[in-house]
Amino acid sequence: MSEVRNFRAIGQRVIRPDGVDKVTGRANFGADFSLPGMLYGRVLRSPHAHARIVSIDTKRAAKMPGVHAIVTGADFPGVQSEEITGGEGAGNYKDLAVNVMARDKALYHGHAVAAVAAASIAEAEAALAAIKVKYEKLPAVMDVDTAMADDAALIEEDLYTAGLPEKPTKPSNIAMVMELKRGDVEVGFRDADVVVEETYRTPTVHQGYIEPHACLATINQGGQATVWCCTQGHFDVRSSTSKVLAMNVADIRVIPSEIGGGFGGKTTVYIEPVAVLLSKKSGRPVKMTMTREEVFRASGPASATKCVIKIGAKKDGTLTAMTAWLAYEAGAFRGSSLAPGAMCIFAPYKVDHFLIRGFDVLVNKPKVAAYRAPGAPQSMYACESLLDELARKLDLDPIDLRLKNAVEEGSQAAYGPKFNAIGFRECLEAAKRHPNYALPLGPNEGRGVAAGFWFNAGMQSSAEIHINENGTVTVIEGNPDIGGSRASMALMAAEELGVPYDRVRVQIADTESAGYTNVTGGSRVTFATGMAVIHAARDIVGQCKQRAAATWGIDADMVDWQDGHAVPKPGVNADVKPLSLADIAGNAARTGGPLLGRASLNARGAGPGFAVNFADVRVDPDTGKLDVLRYTAIQDVGKAIHPSYVEGQLQGGAAQGIGWALNEEYVYDANGVMENAGFLDYRVPVASDLPMIDTQLVEVPNPSHPYGVRGVGETPIVAPLAVIANAAHSATGVRIRELPLSPPRVLAALEG
Amino acid sequence: MAKVHVTTTVNGQPVEYLCAPEQSLLDVLRETLKLTGTKEGCATGDCGACSVTVDGTLVCACLVLGVEANGRSIGTIEGVADGENLHPIQQKFLEHAALQCGICTPGLIVATKSLLESNPSPSEEEIRYYLAGNLCRCTGYDKIVRAVQDAAATMRGEAA
Ligand code: FES
Ligand code: FES
Repeated sequence: MSEVRNFRAIGQRVIRPDGVDKVTGRANFGADFSLPGMLYGRVLRSPHAHARIVSIDTKRAAKMPGVHAIVTGADFPGVQSEEITGGEGAGNYKDLAVNVMARDKALYHGHAVAAVAAASIAEAEAALAAIKVKYEKLPAVMDVDTAMADDAALIEEDLYTAGLPEKPTKPSNIAMVMELKRGDVEVGFRDADVVVEETYRTPTVHQGYIEPHACLATINQGGQATVWCCTQGHFDVRSSTSKVLAMNVADIRVIPSEIGGGFGGKTTVYIEPVAVLLSKKSGRPVKMTMTREEVFRASGPASATKCVIKIGAKKDGTLTAMTAWLAYEAGAFRGSSLAPGAMCIFAPYKVDHFLIRGFDVLVNKPKVAAYRAPGAPQSMYACESLLDELARKLDLDPIDLRLKNAVEEGSQAAYGPKFNAIGFRECLEAAKRHPNYALPLGPNEGRGVAAGFWFNAGMQSSAEIHINENGTVTVIEGNPDIGGSRASMALMAAEELGVPYDRVRVQIADTESAGYTNVTGGSRVTFATGMAVIHAARDIVGQCKQRAAATWGIDADMVDWQDGHAVPKPGVNADVKPLSLADIAGNAARTGGPLLGRASLNARGAGPGFAVNFADVRVDPDTGKLDVLRYTAIQDVGKAIHPSYVEGQLQGGAAQGIGWALNEEYVYDANGVMENAGFLDYRVPVASDLPMIDTQLVEVPNPSHPYGVRGVGETPIVAPLAVIANAAHSATGVRIRELPLSPPRVLAALEG
Repeated sequence: MAKVHVTTTVNGQPVEYLCAPEQSLLDVLRETLKLTGTKEGCATGDCGACSVTVDGTLVCACLVLGVEANGRSIGTIEGVADGENLHPIQQKFLEHAALQCGICTPGLIVATKSLLESNPSPSEEEIRYYLAGNLCRCTGYDKIVRAVQDAAATMRGEAA
């Protein structure tokens, strides 16, 4: 249980341990490694969205200068169907293997068809151009309406919808149907004074991490491989590579580099198994990096969606019934983020009657990957937009409408469990009181409010703590540091051990040096791995008490740990000096050997994260361009270990959500060819697009964590989509129910 | 095509290399000279991760040819710190937590240095427009802009 205590280290805005390397260019990211004799691997990708691969002729390419190895789908082993667990997205290893390298069909524009390893990138690219692939084009299925139609072309010929009471009689593109319900919505809608129903759409968007996927792989004649790569989870790279190549996990060592952003997109593999196979065929180390175009075309974006929401309410705003019909694009393989999207959509509200039906739908686009609170931004954009429309109808303040129905401790969440201590109400009240909420608006300006929610994950983590001979502390853990987590781990170790922060170092160790640890994802690292660090530190404290007790000749339970020192408990009749961590470590050889603390756990009780955001936008009536004037993000963060990095999560999530709302989308031509696979045409927010992003951290401690920590990384991206859409409605007087709110779309709506 | 011999200066040190006529300066820095502090995010001039200076002018190294460095002076992130001491911009990025993943950081620091050398007291708007070519997907830019403002004040000799 969380304890009330005065923290010494926790809450300090310290400089991160890896900071100097990252501001001087010394930090090694995925593409920064090289080995003697290294080759460069490049991938040939399908120019078609959907096509049968009739033949691949590599003979001419194989003879070209500098070419050492070529692989195609035929070089990869067959993989059995098996669900992927432990990652952040849904999926199946068999599909993953076919996504890594196409077999009989190319399923999206960008699907890998062959790969070459050559002495230089130029030679590898020349060889790609010499590979002859014969395709037989098939109809491209590019959205859920087309994919779900009765006469749709089939992406997977033998896909029978799962989740129905009976297996359907014929295959379809609908991989799965799910339903969540409570009460009887018929009754709820009958009780309503007002019923609203609308359809909302969101486009395919990309996480947009600035560092493209990159790896360096080498495998020896004994079948032992080493892979350096940028990933959110090196243990997952290991398991995925082992499945795709039918290798023993013990023969694959994955060393994570520094990681240049991921947001969920680096929780799976694309090039790592290819690089290992090319290394095997060539006998040389092989480095592979994706170009930005490949990142857009062939890594996993987030689902485009169509959501139909219906809400019934009393005149005073009390919600009586809610329904959601959700269709999520999975890309070319089953496994969208539908399930979490469906589970989150009504989570913030108390309602006796609801029904959610969801569809996981195949389309000829890259297989989606997790993207920050995967699934939630899309469904909650729809629900939070319709709630805003309802508030207008009822002439209620949008915060008051939400306060009237907000879940609190003890409420039954729409997705099942009863909420423990949560801070939704506190966030709503903070928003209402916030000075920004009372600022006057000018002409063509509007304000929008919305709530965000994400469960947060626990899962498996390990940590070790070594006390060095001078009393300094080394923490070893297995979560790539994607946004400052080394600082949080060091602060927690310092807090628990009672030593200054600057005596603690943190190492992110590889798959053979750290205990098994799930991905850096699910907003789980500070919560779950932090808990492992705290437990490992307590292990050290326990050992230190024993060493001190032995030194003093008293019982270990007569020793306390205070301010980094072993001290005898009050009343112990011993004339002894407190022993510092350094004293005990320096004397370790005489008291039982080195001090090594460890912990491994499967963390339960991740506290859910609620947020309330609001923003002011101004529309230019001549161009339809929306400018964000002010943005305020308020979130229950449990306990902020390093407040600057927590604020940074709120700010970065807001920026990504603003991009999703205003600009970002995959643009396809009629044949399913992506037309904007670059940062020039897929426009993510730049510094001049955004204002300062004000944050307010609400701290309702998570009772399942010793310091009250709850995950913070994902919730921030959930609210902004509806915040901007709702503000745009206020500014323009019209409601646009499709994202992005790009100038042409807004202008068209203004012109009616 | 035959490789070209290039004589140049990188961070004040004379450097020679051979490069293909079509090879970018970014490629030369990262692959030939192993100066991997300069990052590649796009190779098309759209992200700023590869920001360097050529004779003091801020450029995207991915849009400059390796051969164009001949006789010029190149500045990269590896040359920003003064020996053992961090540059005030680097220090302020750390103090303000202006980096999360850090992949955009070398480019942003090089670009900021270029900004503050030409404009020691930029307004928030000037900072935002000058750095608009440097994408950061993690921070939302808030803490970056504050770090730049604070670094500017420090470099002007004002107490923070
Ligand atoms: S790598 Fe040069 S601008 Fe992106
Ligand atoms: S800190 Fe990750 S892109 Fe800027």
